[in-house]
Amino acid sequence: MDRILEVVIAKYNYWIYIVLMMIGLYGVIAKNNLVKKIVGMSIFQTAIILFFISMGMKKGATIPIIIHGQEASVRASDYINPLPHVLMLTAIVVAVSTLGVALALAVKIYKEFDTLEEDEILEKIRKS
Amino acid sequence: MRILGILVCVATGAMLIWASGEFPPWGDPNSPASLHVSPRYIEKTMEETSVPNAVTSVLADYRGYDTMFETTVIFAAGVSCFMLLRLFSGRERSSHHYRHILTGLTLRVRRKGKQLPELEEFEPMDSLWTPYDLILRTLCRFLIPFIQLFALYVIAHGHHSPGGGFQGGVILGASMILLAISQDMRSALRRIRERTLAIFSVAGVAIYAGTGALCLLLGSNFLDYAALSRIFPVDPVGARSLGIFLVEVGVGIAVMATMIVIYHNLASEGFLDEGL
Amino acid sequence: MIWQLDLVILTLVVICGIGSLMIKDLLGAAILFGAYSFMMCVLWAIMGAVDVAFTEASVGAGVSTVFFVAAVFHTTRRTKD
Repeated sequence: MDRILEVVIAKYNYWIYIVLMMIGLYGVIAKNNLVKKIVGMSIFQTAIILFFISMGMKKGATIPIIIHGQEASVRASDYINPLPHVLMLTAIVVAVSTLGVALALAVKIYKEFDTLEEDEILEKIRKS
Repeated sequence: MRILGILVCVATGAMLIWASGEFPPWGDPNSPASLHVSPRYIEKTMEETSVPNAVTSVLADYRGYDTMFETTVIFAAGVSCFMLLRLFSGRERSSHHYRHILTGLTLRVRRKGKQLPELEEFEPMDSLWTPYDLILRTLCRFLIPFIQLFALYVIAHGHHSPGGGFQGGVILGASMILLAISQDMRSALRRIRERTLAIFSVAGVAIYAGTGALCLLLGSNFLDYAALSRIFPVDPVGARSLGIFLVEVGVGIAVMATMIVIYHNLASEGFLDEGL
Repeated sequence: MIWQLDLVILTLVVICGIGSLMIKDLLGAAILFGAYSFMMCVLWAIMGAVDVAFTEASVGAGVSTVFFVAAVFHTTRRTKD
């Protein structure tokens, strides 16, 4: 019992990130509406970014901007790892680009089929 | 479909939670992510590039190749929204709305075809949203120049504070979107035309790639900003700082133009006459 | 990092995420998505990633929510699921 509590307190952060990822994945797979699918994709993307940022944390360290008076003696363990932040900045840019294109596709589909539900769209394609 | 979805998500989640037993403890300074390359970036950023913000120096100098392709991705998203949605044959609306300037009366004219030209006492309005809100219009008109000034500050000060090219570009784009929302889309299009936006979005990518090509022409590697010290009167360390600033400006311009293009095409369904 | 604050904000994030997928009104889903985005930004700022939090604040609350609302206005607002 003690060991289980220990494991939970050490790792509960990772478990919540995995729960968020699975919520996003469920939204993409199982929801019928196209806009809900796009929301699920976005939730998945931000959960992955959260996971990466949490990997760069160091206990007792400060933000990765070198303090003004201490440029001569910089120690790497005083500052948070900046490398995941850089990769995730690119990831956010790509996420907003795919969001824009996905919403443009959804508007075009609505103009063509007059509905946003996936099963009705498949019916109309099968009929025509 | 729903049950299959729940099953897949629960199975994947369980596997990931079981794999998370192997992760290093949260916040450990000796985790493998923080050991190999990043101590070198933190320790050498001041003496090699004289930029205190480690994220900006890694983004634009040490990993500048990735950022160039990120800018290309943003440009490609703008182009694909334009190609998906933009229609050039004029919209046949069934009714137009006009507002009398002096009294605030709104008229709805049921007449097919393009809009009537702007008459003297009446001004055309967007049809999706008819009430007239004086407080919102005046407030946003006063606020937008300050938002743009702040965005330019964020781009220029990215060396010393959180910020940089991408954040400033998004805020610049958001200021023009605010103009299009609070007044109507015609006034936003009058301030910055569609052709100008297209030229800006290409110019951003061209500035970034052009800086790299300039370094190539001066005899060094692609995107090796130390070569810029041959034309500008700075030493190689300052030349890297200058190179970072140039590419941040390029990224900011490209991002601003793309955000405005995507908004205009989404909000007016491609016709660019009226918006939200 | 104060772990109580961390736990509260993580719970809020999960609630906003589930709520944005379950609600039957698409405009409400767009607004809840904006709230989720902002909570994520606060979480990253607590963890020390100030550049990423700045970017998410400007992109998520400024531009992404506006795109969603514009798309919902030009399609339908109700959904049966």
